[in-house]
Amino acid sequence: MNEVKKTKYWNPYIGGIMLGLVLLSANFISGRGLGASGALKSVIVSTVNTVAPDHAENTTFYKDYNETHENPMKSWLVFQVFGVLVGGFLSGTFAKRLKFKVEHSPKISSKRRLIFALLGGALFGFGSQLGRGCTSGSALSGMAVLSLGGFITMACIFGTAFALAYFFRKNWI
Amino acid sequence: MGPLVVNEFISPDTNLFLAFLIGIGFGFVLESSGFSSSRKLAGMFYGYDTTVLKVFFTAAITALVGMLFFSLFGWVDLDLIYINPTFLHSAIVGGVIMGVGFIMGGFCPGTAFCAISIGKLDALAFIGGLFLGIVIFTEGYPLFEELYKAEFMGTPTINEFLGLSRGLFSFMLIAAAFGMFWVGEWAEKKFPREEY
Repeated sequence: MNEVKKTKYWNPYIGGIMLGLVLLSANFISGRGLGASGALKSVIVSTVNTVAPDHAENTTFYKDYNETHENPMKSWLVFQVFGVLVGGFLSGTFAKRLKFKVEHSPKISSKRRLIFALLGGALFGFGSQLGRGCTSGSALSGMAVLSLGGFITMACIFGTAFALAYFFRKNWI
Repeated sequence: MGPLVVNEFISPDTNLFLAFLIGIGFGFVLESSGFSSSRKLAGMFYGYDTTVLKVFFTAAITALVGMLFFSLFGWVDLDLIYINPTFLHSAIVGGVIMGVGFIMGGFCPGTAFCAISIGKLDALAFIGGLFLGIVIFTEGYPLFEELYKAEFMGTPTINEFLGLSRGLFSFMLIAAAFGMFWVGEWAEKKFPREEY
């Protein structure tokens, strides 16, 4: 266990430069950064509009959102996230990493991993709405344009995760 | 010249198509860098794998320096680039909640999409959770509205806030990033683990 195996992953600094260039092109072409959680919000608003139009008209959040957005699905982030799914799939195909599996530490069961993933996702989803964007939209893209809020959110995300790492160590190591 | 869509070099519909292509690049780079693995992502918080730190900060400084040069060459008007607004309280509370979600769930939203695209079922559970969390926010919005809108500061940049020039702050950030890379390399030697 003491020796780190060679991997087929890119060198992280090369990966970082490539990611930086993707982010730079988003800013150059569209005048905005990358994101992820906003696309899910679009899907949710769009679903509520279709399934429960009365509810959408009478609930503050959807009403405000629909007043400022023409069609929630015709959004930059929705298209970008579809691209992420395609891009991730292509990379996984080339690297022969396509496989259905639940990744977890050998010390815990798949069930425990899935429960924690669900809970973690719920917290992340809620936090991303409150914080106006997630790691990509607020932290990474915000930092690239030197947004004060982006730096604060980034520090809070990583700082909290570091501070709590000890309590969740069994899940990962 | 840039941003192309704001200056009407390209149409809004072309912009959406380019968003799709940019997304492909985003997903491809994330997956190729190993961001489809939750144990690799979580590794950063235990020091055994600091890929996240290296990729994240290299990307941030690459984009930052790129923007500085583009602006210097007159290729992009920095005033037309979207700057995330700062609402102090929600940025902090939202960030802390996301941090808890990160260490529990092992993904962030972008990396979860990347991981589900190669078949990681834990990412599927995480995305299910994301939906749940966002619905709780949208449905309970009146309860959170006050916190959500508190301490609005406009769209300050961190260098303005600190009273530094954009270039000087960027230089300091790059120096800090190299310092962190050095710590990351050291930590990986100190806490070696096999690759996932």
